[in-house]
Amino acid sequence: MTVAVEKPPTPEPPGPEDAVPEAAPAAAVRRVSRRVVVGAILVVWLVLFAVLRGTNTLTLAAADLTDLHRWLNDVYDSIGANRNSNPLFLYFFNEIRLVIDNLATFVQHLISQPSDSRPLPQIGWLGVVGIAGFVSWAVGNWRVALLTVAGFVFFGLQGLWQESMDTLALTLTAVLVALLFAIPLGVWVGLSDRVNKVMTPVLDFMQTMPTFVYLAPLTLFFLIGGASATIATVIYAAPPAIRITAHAIRSVPETTVEAADSLGATRWQSLLKVLLPMSKRTVVMGVNQTIMAALAMVTIAALIDAPGLGKTVIQALQSLDVGTAFNAGLAIVIMAIVLDRVTTAASGREEAARRSGGRFLARRRQLVVAGAAVTAVLVYLSHTYVWAAEFPGEGSVGSSVASAADTASTWVQDNLSGLTNAFRDALTNGLLNPFQTLLTDSPWWLVGAVLVGLGVVLGGWRSGVTTAVCVGLLVGTGLWSDSMTTLASTLVATVMTMLLAVVVGVWMARSTVADRLIRPTLDAAQVMPPFVYLVPFLALFGATRFTAIVAAIVYAAPVAMKIIADGVRNVPATTVEAATSAGCNTWQIITKVQLPMARGALTLATNQGLIYVLSMVVVGGLVGAGALGYDVVAGFSQGQLYGKGLAAGLAIVLLGVMFDRITQAAARRAGA
Amino acid sequence: MAGQAAKWRVGAAGVAVLGLALTACGGAKVGDTASGSDDSSGASGSSGKCGTFNLAVNPWVGYEANAAVVAYVAENDLGCKVTKKDLKEEIAWQGFGTGEVDAVIENWGHDDLKKKYITDQKTAVEVGATGNEGLIGWYVPPWLAKAHPDITDWNNLDKYAAEFKTSESGGKGQLLDGDPSFVTNDEALVKNLKLDFKVVYAGSETALIQAFRKAEKNKEWVIGYFYEPQWFMAEVPLVKVKLPEYKAGCDADLEKVACDYPVYKLDKIVSAKFAKSGSPAYDLVKNFTWTNDDQNTVAKYIAEDKMTPEAAAKKWVDANRAKVDAWIK
Repeated sequence: MTVAVEKPPTPEPPGPEDAVPEAAPAAAVRRVSRRVVVGAILVVWLVLFAVLRGTNTLTLAAADLTDLHRWLNDVYDSIGANRNSNPLFLYFFNEIRLVIDNLATFVQHLISQPSDSRPLPQIGWLGVVGIAGFVSWAVGNWRVALLTVAGFVFFGLQGLWQESMDTLALTLTAVLVALLFAIPLGVWVGLSDRVNKVMTPVLDFMQTMPTFVYLAPLTLFFLIGGASATIATVIYAAPPAIRITAHAIRSVPETTVEAADSLGATRWQSLLKVLLPMSKRTVVMGVNQTIMAALAMVTIAALIDAPGLGKTVIQALQSLDVGTAFNAGLAIVIMAIVLDRVTTAASGREEAARRSGGRFLARRRQLVVAGAAVTAVLVYLSHTYVWAAEFPGEGSVGSSVASAADTASTWVQDNLSGLTNAFRDALTNGLLNPFQTLLTDSPWWLVGAVLVGLGVVLGGWRSGVTTAVCVGLLVGTGLWSDSMTTLASTLVATVMTMLLAVVVGVWMARSTVADRLIRPTLDAAQVMPPFVYLVPFLALFGATRFTAIVAAIVYAAPVAMKIIADGVRNVPATTVEAATSAGCNTWQIITKVQLPMARGALTLATNQGLIYVLSMVVVGGLVGAGALGYDVVAGFSQGQLYGKGLAAGLAIVLLGVMFDRITQAAARRAGA
Repeated sequence: MAGQAAKWRVGAAGVAVLGLALTACGGAKVGDTASGSDDSSGASGSSGKCGTFNLAVNPWVGYEANAAVVAYVAENDLGCKVTKKDLKEEIAWQGFGTGEVDAVIENWGHDDLKKKYITDQKTAVEVGATGNEGLIGWYVPPWLAKAHPDITDWNNLDKYAAEFKTSESGGKGQLLDGDPSFVTNDEALVKNLKLDFKVVYAGSETALIQAFRKAEKNKEWVIGYFYEPQWFMAEVPLVKVKLPEYKAGCDADLEKVACDYPVYKLDKIVSAKFAKSGSPAYDLVKNFTWTNDDQNTVAKYIAEDKMTPEAAAKKWVDANRAKVDAWIK
């Protein structure tokens, strides 16, 4: 969560143009001409749109299906009908399910669920708080240990101890399973370019395919219960760890590896003694991102009966009980912040230990033993005595949180809705509707040609080819028109996200106080389940595409803000000082020095902003965005629309891949 | 070093003392009968032959009311161990085949699922009606029905179409469609009744309820797809718009449908295996029937009075013992 480096930009070998000394003016000329070409493409589009409007638009009504959708339905049905006789199920999926189910049940019995012989879990609240505090101190420092203890006790005070432990158990299980695969795979991807080429699209697929699409098949393959919930979480949470591990391995300086080779180290030795130790710190950041991604799945996993805080959120929303949902959402946020700070501290601990010298280490061993002894006593107590096993009290803090959230949400609804409606209508009629009409009412081949053209101009021939393939496949899904509707909202949301992110990101970079105040809010916005704030948003903006756009901005802007803040802060202080002494005012420094020099961060932020906005398409479908998001939701809810939902999920992936490739190629050209 | 070792001994002793002190102040032990931790299966003295009863809980409050009462009776009168599973309909039905779900206790039509799992795969069987009748149709908020009484007839809808315009409806009146779980013919209906409306997909029950709640409060123009029994009707009694009357077969061709939705007799589905198991819980599910009023009462306890499903079920069962006894006799 500190910096969302889900897709570390691949370090670009210096291009031929950079090698030439006159590169700077030449690049400037080309950038201008590129802008002209983009403008020309758009003008041609508008002219042809005026002539050809309404032809070849490939629309498909909400209840209509194509042959592809029906075929997908049939495949799915036949899997369901044959699952009990198919050897693949009997000897493969069932075995996997058994192993993971047993692991999940074991962790649950340990901290959250009663087992057969006991009415309470093996370790009660006091023991869990003790272990959590001790571990955070041992891998991090005493400050994060205090935070952990405070956070965990707060779960109990909220009246959500068992739900929190259920969520923690599922998260721990999923993260464990994810890392078991992700770290070896990440090392492999980092070592071999060929594996990297194969894995990148697979990882894109895992991250952008909406979970709703594979939730139902998962329960068919792995049954309802711990195994399906864990696997659903693993699919979404493993990619960041794989990507970041690979990135870490690749960033180990080549000279170091060569030095090891020349000393006669075998491949295994150089892997175990050089590569892994040197990339440890970055790998821990990968673990951090995996934990965050796993927590983002809590509410969705609740749809297939995963116990925990997600269930509380979903159930509260059935009766639109915003307060209760917020209380549970807050617990998820706190858990995320605690786990984030602990893993961040763990990744930075070794330097801290080295700085404080050897005496500290000697003392530390004794402290660790003593801490372990205290923890053991606490665990024993919580195993044996009811007062230490069951969290005391009624969770009165939780009900105050809930009623405060209710009051706040009612106040906002009553007092702000006039203002917000005017803003919504202005944006919808002024920007969204014309843009959407342009996309959906142009012939499909025209929009496709424009996209390919933009891909070539902005990202080069290779991204042009990728775009062409994606456009072709989008037409193949049978959901071209819906894709264009979703595309319009997505682009508007991304533009607004970037405007907001630049303003706040620059502010955070220039003021430490602002940074310190804003950052926790950003963390909260990223992990608070969207379901919680959808109800007040619906009250403010109604069931409209605009509501979906606002929800997407809330989720995507924090990532973009953090990246921009880091980028601007990394502009060398000497450059800024030079500009100041040359008489630039603050506005000039920001627009002429800091932002241009942080161009790489801006492009990365756009890339991530877009991907995050796309990942909210399905949530948007729940609040009136229609199009692909609604297709996915409907496919999850109605059997005969399953194939269409799957196709819509594929379309979202295709849009994601297309824009990811274009923005990444453009970022490389911008010479980050 | 000696000094450090001494400190270490002091520390260890301190830990031991702390441990002993905490142990001494002890208190009730986990697993003691006096501990007060609830052990629900022990509450009844009935025979244990019921075993585990896997009850699907679909995500709406009315269903939850049914499930709460059935689960409460199964646990307290029959001594079953009830496992409630929170699942969407599709996944719950799929669970019949995989053996993970025993019963679905409020089913709205779903002819496609019936064909797939009852006729084709033969993993599920019908066990009769719940006694609840489900209505689906177009509804307007009560203030609107009062201010313009003729709006409840579809023939007059076009007259008001301009009032229902929104930023989403492209210049026509907006018909807010909603929960993707239910089959809707609304696009065909609008076309075949030649109405100047556009169907806008709200996408979730939450979005629909919020739209109607706001419309009633601020006197806004909203018409949308809704259904009853539904707990929200107790808060805002929406008024149903009359569409051309439903006649058997008038919805056979979904492209040409121009009539109202049928009245759904909500029913119960169990897995084929559960039906043959001889479990007393199966007889309970088979005999379970109640009225819309009964369900609304329990749903209100859960949704508005914020009672837990167990407490809500207990309150209703205590007040309606005779009905419950008829299910389990």
